Amino acid sequence: MKPARFEYIPPTTLEAAVAALAAANGEGKILAGGQSLLPLLNFRMARPAVLVDLNGMKELSFIELRGENVAIGALTRHREIEHSPLIASRLPVMSAAIRHVAHLAIRNRGTIGGSLSHADPAAELPMMAMFYGASLTVQGPAGRRTIAAKDFFVDALTNCLEPEDIVVEIEFPILQHDGWAFEEVARRFGDFALASIAVSIRRGQFGVGEARVAVMGVADTPLRLEHVEQRLCEIAVDGRTPDRFAEMVTSSVSPNSDVHASAEYRKHLLGELAKRAMQTVLAVKG
Amino acid sequence: MTINVSVMVNGTRHDVSDVEPRLLLSDFLRDTLGLTGTHVGCEHGVCGACTVLMDGHSIRSCLTLAVQAAGAEITTVEGLGTPEALNVLQTQFREHHGLQCGFCTPGMLMTGEDLLRNYPLATDEEIREGLSGNLCRCTGYQNIVAAIRSAAALRRENV
Repeated sequence: MKPARFEYIPPTTLEAAVAALAAANGEGKILAGGQSLLPLLNFRMARPAVLVDLNGMKELSFIELRGENVAIGALTRHREIEHSPLIASRLPVMSAAIRHVAHLAIRNRGTIGGSLSHADPAAELPMMAMFYGASLTVQGPAGRRTIAAKDFFVDALTNCLEPEDIVVEIEFPILQHDGWAFEEVARRFGDFALASIAVSIRRGQFGVGEARVAVMGVADTPLRLEHVEQRLCEIAVDGRTPDRFAEMVTSSVSPNSDVHASAEYRKHLLGELAKRAMQTVLAVKG
Repeated sequence: MTINVSVMVNGTRHDVSDVEPRLLLSDFLRDTLGLTGTHVGCEHGVCGACTVLMDGHSIRSCLTLAVQAAGAEITTVEGLGTPEALNVLQTQFREHHGLQCGFCTPGMLMTGEDLLRNYPLATDEEIREGLSGNLCRCTGYQNIVAAIRSAAALRRENV
């Protein structure tokens, strides 16, 4: 047996799941897709006393249009997001990003709630939550509450939840845009990103009217670059815009060096990706 | 604590009592059911050798608990064809020399099955992206891609 012994609880209601986590007294873990948790269990780097398996709760798996938002249930698999016509038409940047999430077998099993909760700084879905300004609905012992993505991601692999909280669903506001792009570099297709950027704009009367910019792989959490968004709306749009944008983006991040890439290399990559993204975005007729 | 697990594997129903929750699906298939066609390589979701189909979609059996397969339909490499009657994909692996040592082959075949069943595979890029989660240290992948490309073409002709 690879994992250490644990008590396995497959609840059928969220209330029972929260109660089981509360009873575990900080020694419980939620099992969703298991694609990050199972390796930790197999290595015994994690030894939870209690494993609460949410996979029986099919009502947590859905993708639906809800007013100006797309709501996605926490147990929705990456594959379902990848193949959803609703996501493709309403959240096209997410649709592009999801193809870069891990490999086929992992996308078949991994869930959006699990990926967001795991909060890997180089994972696409946390970045998309920042990009779209998503809100997460969380169930805890005191009932439900809503948390903005920007408050959810605290640090690398760290979210703001209490041990007995469960992410239930995520609402992604639909963005209006005249052009968008998603760019990523990883050592191998499907691996965690060394650097990535997502951009969308709406044309204004003079140049860019509204912009949205998010990056990842270059900080302890995915980042939305609001000051860059603002500056984009203040500059003239011409042939130099992609280079100026790349400069704005790279000067607002300070990545760390690690075994995968040096800080300088990550910054260089991000600059190139930013340039490419802006070229794509501006090529679309306003 | 043990659990009774009822699971369909390659069309046969198995009712197994006293399964420990921490038993991985890969070890359940190999050790409990004796289906050693599913290979175990890295045991932490990197190499893809243990790939099986769960309800028609490829999964890593080392990243799934056996108790989670309860009620599901699992297909392993033993469920594809027999030595006397290989299935289309297996035949193409043989034709194109898509294997050498054979260790990664069950995982490659199961990933290939998922790709053939669920994706159009119009381009080699799509095949390569689909295979990116399966490691092979012998072939250099070229012949595996060729085998899947050929199986996809045969499948299209026969539809």
